[in-house]
Amino acid sequence: MPEIFAHISPAWALMLSGLLCMLSPSHHVRKALMIAAPVVAFLLFVAPSTLGVSGGTFEMMGIEFSTYRLDRLSYPFGLIFIIAAFLNGIYALHERNRLTDSAAQFYAGSALGAVFAGDMLTLFVFWEITAISSVFLIWANGTSASIAAGMRYLAIHVLSGVLLMAGALVLWGDTGSLAFNNIGLDVGLAGWLIFIGIGIKAAFPFLHNWLQDSYPNATVTGAVVLSAFTTKMAIYALARGFAGEEILVWIGAIMTVFPVFFAVVENDLRKVLAYSLNNQLGFMVCAVGVGTALAINGAAAHAFAHIIYKALLFMGMGAVLHRAGTVKASELGGLFRSMPYTTVFTIIGALSISAFPFLSGFVAKAMTMSATAQEGYIIPWLMLLFASAGVLEHSGIKIPYFAFFSHDSKRRPAEAPFNMLVAMGIASALCIFLAWPFGGYQWLYSILPNDLGYNPYTADHVLTQYQLLIAATAAFVILRMSGLYPSERRGTILDFDWIYRKFGYGVVRWLTAMLGRLGGHAEHGMEARSRLWNKRMQAVFHPAGALSRAVPSGSLAIWTTVLLAVALIIAYRAG
Amino acid sequence: MNEFILSLAPGWALTHASVLLVALPLIAGAIAAALPWGRAAWGVVVAVMAASLFFSAILTAQVLTGGAFSYTLGGWAPPVGIEYRIDGLNVGMLLLVSAIGFLVSLYAPEAVEDEIDKGKHPLFYAAFLICFAGLLGVAITGDAFNLFVFLEISSISTYALVAMGAGRDRRALTAAYNYLILGTIGATFFVIGVGFLYMATGTLNLVDLAARMAELGDNRAIQVGFAFIVIGLGLKLAMYPLHVWLPNAYAFAPTMVTAFLAATATKVAFYALARFLFIVFDQGFAFEELALVWLIAPLGAVGMIAASIQAIFQTDVRRLLAYSSVAQVGYMLLGLGIGTAAGVSAGFLHLFNHAAMKGALFLALGAASVCYGVTQVKDLRGLGRTMPWTAAAIAIGCASLMGVPGTAGFVSKWALFNAALDNGWYWAIAAIAAASILAFFYVGRMIQMIYLQPAPERGGEPAPALRAPWLVMIPMWILAAANIVFGWYADLPVTLANAASAAIWGGAP
Repeated sequence: MPEIFAHISPAWALMLSGLLCMLSPSHHVRKALMIAAPVVAFLLFVAPSTLGVSGGTFEMMGIEFSTYRLDRLSYPFGLIFIIAAFLNGIYALHERNRLTDSAAQFYAGSALGAVFAGDMLTLFVFWEITAISSVFLIWANGTSASIAAGMRYLAIHVLSGVLLMAGALVLWGDTGSLAFNNIGLDVGLAGWLIFIGIGIKAAFPFLHNWLQDSYPNATVTGAVVLSAFTTKMAIYALARGFAGEEILVWIGAIMTVFPVFFAVVENDLRKVLAYSLNNQLGFMVCAVGVGTALAINGAAAHAFAHIIYKALLFMGMGAVLHRAGTVKASELGGLFRSMPYTTVFTIIGALSISAFPFLSGFVAKAMTMSATAQEGYIIPWLMLLFASAGVLEHSGIKIPYFAFFSHDSKRRPAEAPFNMLVAMGIASALCIFLAWPFGGYQWLYSILPNDLGYNPYTADHVLTQYQLLIAATAAFVILRMSGLYPSERRGTILDFDWIYRKFGYGVVRWLTAMLGRLGGHAEHGMEARSRLWNKRMQAVFHPAGALSRAVPSGSLAIWTTVLLAVALIIAYRAG
Repeated sequence: MNEFILSLAPGWALTHASVLLVALPLIAGAIAAALPWGRAAWGVVVAVMAASLFFSAILTAQVLTGGAFSYTLGGWAPPVGIEYRIDGLNVGMLLLVSAIGFLVSLYAPEAVEDEIDKGKHPLFYAAFLICFAGLLGVAITGDAFNLFVFLEISSISTYALVAMGAGRDRRALTAAYNYLILGTIGATFFVIGVGFLYMATGTLNLVDLAARMAELGDNRAIQVGFAFIVIGLGLKLAMYPLHVWLPNAYAFAPTMVTAFLAATATKVAFYALARFLFIVFDQGFAFEELALVWLIAPLGAVGMIAASIQAIFQTDVRRLLAYSSVAQVGYMLLGLGIGTAAGVSAGFLHLFNHAAMKGALFLALGAASVCYGVTQVKDLRGLGRTMPWTAAAIAIGCASLMGVPGTAGFVSKWALFNAALDNGWYWAIAAIAAASILAFFYVGRMIQMIYLQPAPERGGEPAPALRAPWLVMIPMWILAAANIVFGWYADLPVTLANAASAAIWGGAP
């Protein structure tokens, strides 16, 4: 690829294909574009012979926009986004929907654009486009639940963008620069505005609800696309702007732990994946917070590996939803008989996310764990360890077990469409490749922001991890077989319990039960309150409500007079 | 560009463009009323609009190259005679009103055919021309009483225009009646205010008035006059909570009238308010600053949020957009309330951009109403399939209304954001942000209906796809395209908005 293409952001290839998809009435043309655009983007991406390009700058309204900054931090994120777009293109090959085709391309393109943005304003523009384009992937599901969820999703993401822009403006006012580099929280208001804006997208605790709300409501292919971009874009932005902020260590640690409880009691398997996504983000946020060279590598590697195996899991569950029409754990089971390939691929994804050695999650997570321990964050480290076991419980075992094995649901859906299998196959191969001890993980490490010569396959790493995983699995299996595993809820406790026996089985069980109940009550209370609130709003603002009723002109005249009095008082007071 | 326009203009147009701009539509109004055929009257309208657009282009080019100038009527020198004063503040308004007037008049025949009795067509066009002349007159005149007269000319013809929507929906009559009562109160307040100023200074010429008031200093008559004028004009420009006449008037008027009014009428009143606030009343007056900070800006912010919430709950799609207009007026008022050159410039920028958004939206809705009888939000179901081009125009207008980057709406919100930031008004930034998020909801409802709901069925078959007539498509798409073009190359509106603030604070236009 000649150098003249070296300054064109690959994002444009995807955005352009999104535009063409929108205009193209032909299904075949759109599908060809969805495969070809990521390939073109990849060619553009590898065109620069050296890193550190800062191109694509142009000036408008007196402000310089820098659209293409390719350095060692944006490199892994850019690469994985292109790969994810490619996999999505294959996975969605069977789908005939102009709206979602073009929305997915725009979404991927804008996420890529955000990662390559060199200034806050460009970042903001792409940040907003991701929100607006991705909401169509939720809406396209067409149920009233998905439309409502889409609205909520859009609102919170627009809020995120507005906070980001407000922060950028304040920063501009303070420093006179719009460049997007390390910001930190010490700069005051600007830092916090941007931090919270990014935090919404990264699904910080208490800002996370949009994720579990919207992703399970997206279309089969939509959920796969959504799982890849928004949150990882936020991780990148955190790594760029807030690396080494200590508060992130704690936020990340909490993020890894709390979704575990919700994930194990959840019945909708795509919602389980959404919780587990939240938990995975916690690892990355924590790594960004630790902020050492190793930790940043860990965050980037984790994001890279995570996009693949999380997409793989969403693909697997999407295939189940596509064929069986449901992803409720209680209605599934025994599908391995008729969907053997999907089963195998999903298991590979599940083992990857659980960080089994020789699968991609392991080589990424090992760095984060090491970095956290090295910097002396003992309590966060323990939380991460607990969360690792939790991941195994709800993603590693629960997902494949309840979908494909468990009790036989007597459903015999057909194997997933060929294109889905191809996408899942590639993703599985990547999961294995990235952890391959001979050249695989070395390649992954070579594209990370820092060169460290880290080796994940030391004896103690591997053994500890196996010990953790096998013992947890064994406990699960034994209890399940001996009938001592009455509900899914107990499963966590066992696994939890196996590691933290000293904290006491009872306490944890009580806690879990309480959390479950609390969750139920809180939901109930919130619902009642929102209904009441809705009623009041309707009473005031409805077309027939208090504010909009056709008021007699006389009372309007009185209002005018009141306002005149106010104006007079103001004029008199000053005079 | 300016030189090119000036080189095109004949000599008589260069000297008399300003008076012709107002006189031509007034006279043509009388002619149109006398014509027996609607089509002929329409021909007159289009010819007059085209001529007016040309005249305003000349005036714009003259002001942008040579600065402000004035035209004395009948050779009577001001302050005794009436002068037309064209400066950076009003030249943009003249261009806006005549451009929108021209585009809307192209759209007229299809909509008027559909909505108004055949016998009334010439009268409708006559009222439209007179309203047009009145709005231009308000913008161009340099005399306070003359301004009142033109305000009434435009308002009274507007009442008639709104009432003509009765052929489609009888509620247009009550809407017009309400508008008449309130509009008259507004005009009365304004003229009372002018009376107080006259009492204090003995002059009606705006330039003279400004000079004499500055000499005279603060006194009670001036303060009372100020309060009356602000509230009177506030009513005309639909300042929250004096906006109550607007939603019904917009919802039930003929579609073409809505498009025209939404893009021009409140804007011209807004311009008049800006002129009184910043040029006629000396900025040294203590009450001036207090009124900006405690009246104009807070009412703007409250209007932005409250009207946006009200828009979310509307079921009639034109009422929804009408409330959104009230909210957008809030943005402009906030710009004025900031009271700096950047703030006023941002307010005017939003004014121009908003005219483009609402013009496009109301024209597109008019097209949907002509083809499918769309009046409610839920009637928009499946419009993305049945009328793809019209639906796309609505989508662009909506995107601009939300302030999506790359559209005109973003540019002006951005300018407003910056102006508030320069002043350290963080609460204003918060209000802008909140109102933008609310806009997502009401706009989202429309977009969701248009693109995500299936088209309604007729006799078991989905409704057939229709294309709006060309005379509807062209103006609609010119305005929709303006939203995109001004989002990337904002030169024209930014130049005009900067000229407006330069007319107040000096500096090159």
